[in-house]
Formats: sequence, structure tokens, C-alpha cells
Amino acid sequence: MMNADNSPRQPYSTYNDWYSAQDKARLIAKSKEAENIFRKTGITFAVYGHADSSEKLIPFDLIPRIISGREWRKLAQGIEQRVIALNAFLDDIYHKQEIIKAGRVPRELIERNVAFLPQMIGFRPPGGVYTHIVGTDIVRTGEDQFYVLEDNARTPSGVSYMLENRETMMQMFPELFHQNRVRPVENYPYLLRHSLASLAPPGCDGKPRVAVLTPGIYNSAYYEHAFLADMMGVELVEGSDLRVIDGKVKMRTTRGYEAIDVLYRRVDDDYLDPLTFKPESALGIPGIMDVYRAGNITIANAPGTGICDDKAIYSYMPEIVEFYTGRKALLENVPTWRCSEPDSLKYVLENLADLVVKEVHGSGGYGMLVGPTASKKERSAFAEKLKSRPTNYIAQPTLSLSTVPILVNKGIAPRHVDLRPYVLVSDKVQIIPGGLTRVALKAGSLVVNSSQGGGTKDTWVLED
Amino acid sequence: MLGRTANGLYWMFRYIERAENSARLIDAGLRMSLTRSEATEDDWDGVLQSSGVRDIYDDLYEKLTSADAIDFLLRDRANPSSVMSCIDSGRNNARMVRTALTRETWEATNECWLGLKSTLARRIKAADLPEVIDGIKRMTGLIRGAFHGTMLRNEIFNFSRIGTFIERADNTARILDVKYYVLLPAVSQVGSSIDNVQWESILRSVSAHRSYGWVYEAEYKPSNIADFLILNGRMPRSLAYCYDKIVSNLGYLAREYGEGHAAHATAEETLSSLRNHSIKDVMDQGLHEYIENFISHNNRLGQEISDGYRFN
Repeated sequence: MMNADNSPRQPYSTYNDWYSAQDKARLIAKSKEAENIFRKTGITFAVYGHADSSEKLIPFDLIPRIISGREWRKLAQGIEQRVIALNAFLDDIYHKQEIIKAGRVPRELIERNVAFLPQMIGFRPPGGVYTHIVGTDIVRTGEDQFYVLEDNARTPSGVSYMLENRETMMQMFPELFHQNRVRPVENYPYLLRHSLASLAPPGCDGKPRVAVLTPGIYNSAYYEHAFLADMMGVELVEGSDLRVIDGKVKMRTTRGYEAIDVLYRRVDDDYLDPLTFKPESALGIPGIMDVYRAGNITIANAPGTGICDDKAIYSYMPEIVEFYTGRKALLENVPTWRCSEPDSLKYVLENLADLVVKEVHGSGGYGMLVGPTASKKERSAFAEKLKSRPTNYIAQPTLSLSTVPILVNKGIAPRHVDLRPYVLVSDKVQIIPGGLTRVALKAGSLVVNSSQGGGTKDTWVLED
Repeated sequence: MLGRTANGLYWMFRYIERAENSARLIDAGLRMSLTRSEATEDDWDGVLQSSGVRDIYDDLYEKLTSADAIDFLLRDRANPSSVMSCIDSGRNNARMVRTALTRETWEATNECWLGLKSTLARRIKAADLPEVIDGIKRMTGLIRGAFHGTMLRNEIFNFSRIGTFIERADNTARILDVKYYVLLPAVSQVGSSIDNVQWESILRSVSAHRSYGWVYEAEYKPSNIADFLILNGRMPRSLAYCYDKIVSNLGYLAREYGEGHAAHATAEETLSSLRNHSIKDVMDQGLHEYIENFISHNNRLGQEISDGYRFN
């Protein structure tokens, strides 16, 4: 928020004036008020393996994270380029595999990848779109300096927090929105619905029927599934509501079975179709993949997109972007060591104390080692895991992430953050000006995941 | 609307209704033990039977004591009809169908659950019971109020109301079924003070001890009490009133969908029997038989609704 000389950075200047005039005790009280709103509304998520209470609140910090319009435009261009490249990459690996033939990405990394779905080979989804919704994780290290941490092309979550955080801020501090020209994010559900409907199967006559598929009320992101269905005005369905009848996917309604054209699924590939994937899964819809391949339903995101979230694939993103767009990637990748390569493994083991090591298929901050904050014992235990399965890991340096202020009892204090903007892909790429800012609440911590005690903030992109 | 959503709404409101009923039964039980010099365990036996959970209680407890019975009815999650279990289930169903509920209705339900979870986290001291029971009635009342004040009168409303009244009819019928012998003419001739307490407890368990007085004047008379709870169309927990509401809500659905189901015929038949009989007819037929028959028809109706509207 501050420049080196302790003056507020330009996008924060209006906010800073307002903040300086506030009574700090009142802000702390407002903070409690926000928490009550969240609890009452039931904006919760579940942490698996937590016995005491299965529903938790994500801590909300009421100081917004502010991004200037100029910086945002640059960021948005980079995201757009990357998302276009991801779709081209997916289309390529499920068709001609030119990137493999060109020797830019190793064949085994794709074909032996658990997230690569042979069932998708030779099939092109409606509109040629694989990733309808993307949530690119980004960190800022300095003025105009952004790195992509993860692409999240499978099923990015958290957009409900972007919307609820904004809603809460507008309720609590309406005056701030008069003083600052903050670009709106509220129309996300509308844009999402239209984006999804525009990619209905070609055979769909009339108004496309959209539905959100949830694993059910015990899923950690259930609140978000219900929220999005509600805001879009579409049905929230579970696998048990759906059945394949006459070559269409239909839902059981009080009037009988009715067809669905576009399914925004919030379940993993593995649980989509027990006939094709996990036979023991009770969550899926037997036969949906046949309907899909016959072109009678759109599934968003497409099955098999998860391969883009593989962290080894991530390490090739600069090549992937250049291969499909013909230009250098606008956004930087974090330098990544692939532990599958002996030289890299050697380097990683020697420098464990300075690196972050992640599982290639991991997510949610689970199963990772943050070298600088880990104990010696934790590091040596992790080194053993690394040596026994090197292909399962990648390592990255810890970046000197920029910090933003959060409200603490004594006033404000700096904390590390990341940013997840949400991107909708149809015949165009739409990037919502804002996103989810996740913040590490512990001083010095770099881990922002809500499952690991991170919080969120409202994210403002200014009109300028 | 999804069949699962209709099912969720129906059960959400059944559970909330049942939670309130369990609270009311405890209230009536407490009152009885206060009024009588020698409180007997039989009083709580009747309460557990009315709630339909006597067997589960016996599986868990060695003997019947008022403290254990109250705890079991209030907060034991092993008892599916305890207030806490019902609010858990009601709120879980609400979570499942929250896209069908207004924000106000959902929040009232969620706050009821949050409140009771903390109030009922530990055993309630006898001295605190009246306040706790009042709190339960107030919180369920808020759900009802939010629901009535904000929900669109559409199929969502109809399925919710049908759930409420099928549960309520079942509750009232069960209370009568357990206590029917108190209302039989042969016993009623005795007219001792014990009977007065029993009669009052029946009325209290359906929150009708005051309104009874307005309708029948203060005097307790078994056939009047039976008439009030079974046939009086103005009494909001009577079987006749519940069926009047069930039939009208089913009627809205039939008009909107352009078709009826077996459930419609069953509900109308029950309503017309409630309208066309006098309490004398009911007593002549045998109160116990009449109630038993009613409960089984009510269950059948629930099943027919579930089948007709594809709940599962």
C-alpha cells in the first residue's frame, strides 16, 4: 500500500485519506459485524478432517486491496493471452498433438498424466471451448511485476467470496464507493449464465437450459454452488437428480424428466460418469460421457482440462504460450524445477531451505513444503519423500511477494497476498475486473489457502 | 422444480414443525409434573409415547426419570425427534434447497440452528428449562414469520405448507392416540382433579389451553376436547384444519400442473370425513380406532405425494 518513502501508493491515496479519518475502534467493531453477516448468511466452507465443526468462516479483512486501472489493463492482457493458449493447448493435445511433435513438451508428461483423458481424444466441445471458467492465481512482486502461480483451469472456486466481499463492503462503507471509482463485479452471475448458454450444443432448440452440478451439501464449496445457481436463476442439481434418457441428460422434476443443455459441473472428472471413470462412484451420471461425445450436452469445464493444473505442465507454460500465440508470454511463470530431472532434483535437495516444494497434482496448499519456515526435521522428512518419488514434485523459489495492509487490533499491519481474477471464455474472453484476494493472516506467512488459515479481502480495480 | 427440491422443502418444514412439537410436549410434561404433588414417571412415559420415541429411550436408558426424558427429548441426537435432531435435519434440508428459499427464510432457519446449537450444547438445568423452551418456540416462530412474509405463493410455498400440515396432523393425532383413554366417556364420568390435569396437558401440548376456553367456555369436557382437536376447523392444530390446508395446497399444485394424483383423492376423502362427522359419530366408531385409521391414512398420503411429485 505504501511507497518506499512511506507515502501511500497512488491507487490507495483516496482510501488512505478516508482510513486516516476513521475511528479505529469503530473499524474493529465493523469487522465483527462483517463476521456476523457471514455467519448468519451461512457463507461457510468445510474443512475436511475437522471434527469440531464442519462449517468454517473464511476470515474477512475489511481493508480493500486496490489495483490501478493501468496496472489491471496490463495484467488482463497477460491473462487473456494465457487463457487463449490454454484452450489451444487442450485442443491440440486431444487432437493432432503438434506441440509434442515439435518437441516442446515431452509426450510422456501428457499421455501418462492421470489428468489426461483418452476419452477426449478426437472430440471437440461446442464452440471449441474447453475451459469456460478459469481462475488464474497471480502474485505481485512489485510495480507492474506479476507472476502466475497456478492456472486453475479445472474448477476454480472462490468467486462467491469475490461477490459477497463486495456486497459486504458496499453495505458497511457505502461512502467509499462514492469516493473511489471502483469497477463493478456484481454482474458476474449474469455474464456466467450468458457465457455458458452461448456454448449450448448446436442441437439445442429454444432457450438453453443451464444447471449447476454439485456433489451436495457436504462438499467444501457447497455454499458457492448454491449461491451461483441462485444468482444465475438456474437449477442446482446433484448426480441423483440426473439420468440419461433418449440420448439426453435429464433432471427429475416434479413434472417429470426435463432436458439440460449446459451443465456447469463442480465435481471432478472422476465423479462425472461411473460408466467411463470410477465405477464405484455414487455421484456421477451413468452415460453422460456418451451424451457429451454425441454433442447433446455441454459440460463446463470440459472433462480432461485438469491436465493444465498439473504443476509439471505449468513449468512448460512459457513454451506453451509462445507455441500457440506466436508471442512471448506477457505474464511471467515462477521459475520451476522439475524434480523428475536429476540435475534439478539435486539442486532442490541442496537448497530445500530456500524453496517451496509442491506435489504436481496437489491443490489447496496440502502436501507442500515451505522451506524457509519449515523446521530442519520437516525438511529432512520431506527430502526422503522427494527422493522416493521425484516425478511427483516440483520446486519454486519463494518470491518476495508484495504485501497489503490488514486490520489488526493495533491498527494495520502488512501481510502477503495473492490474487485470483475470474475469466469467462466463450467466443470471447471476459475478465472480471476484480477477483479474490487471499491473504496470509500470520505475519510473514506465504500460505494464503483458506484451508490453511488464510483470509480474503475485497479487491478493487479502479477506473482511471 | 426438481423432485429433490420439493422433497427437501417438504421435509424441512416437517422437521421444523416437529421440533416445535417436541418443545411443546416437554412443556406440557413439565407443567404436569408441577401441578401434581406426586409427579409420576407415567407422565413422561406418555410424553415419550406421544413423540413416538419410547422404544429408542428404552434402548439407551436403564430407567425412566424426568431429567433423562427431558434431555432425551431436547438434545439427544440419538433421538431423531429431539428438538436438536429436528433442527439439524430441518436446517440440512434448508441448505439443500436454499436456492428455493428467500434470504430471510434461510437466515431465520440458520440462526435458529446456530442459536440452538449453542444453547443445547450442554444439559439444561431444570431452572433454565422454561426459558429454553420459550426460545425454541420463538426461533421457530421467526422461521414461520419470515416464510409467510417473504415467500412467493408458488409451488415452493405449496410443498412447504403440505409438509407442515402433514407433520402437524400426525403430531396432534399421536397425542390423541396416546391419551385417548382419558377422553373416553366411561372414564370421563369420574371427573376427578387428576383428569383435569390430564385434560389440560393434552390441550397444552397443542398450545390450546387458552383458546379452548374461548370456544367451549372454561369447562373441560372430554368430548369437547376431542371435538376441538379433531373436527374444529378454526383450531390451527386440529386434524380438520390441517387437512383443509393440505387439500387447498394440493389443489394449487393440481391447477398449476394441470393434473392431479392419487394424493388428491386421498386428501379430499379424509377432509370430507372430517367435515361430515360429528364428534358423537367419532366416539361411537371408537376414538382409538378412528385415530389409528387417521394416522395410517396420513402416512399413505405422504407416500402418495412423494410418488406423485417424484421426490425420489
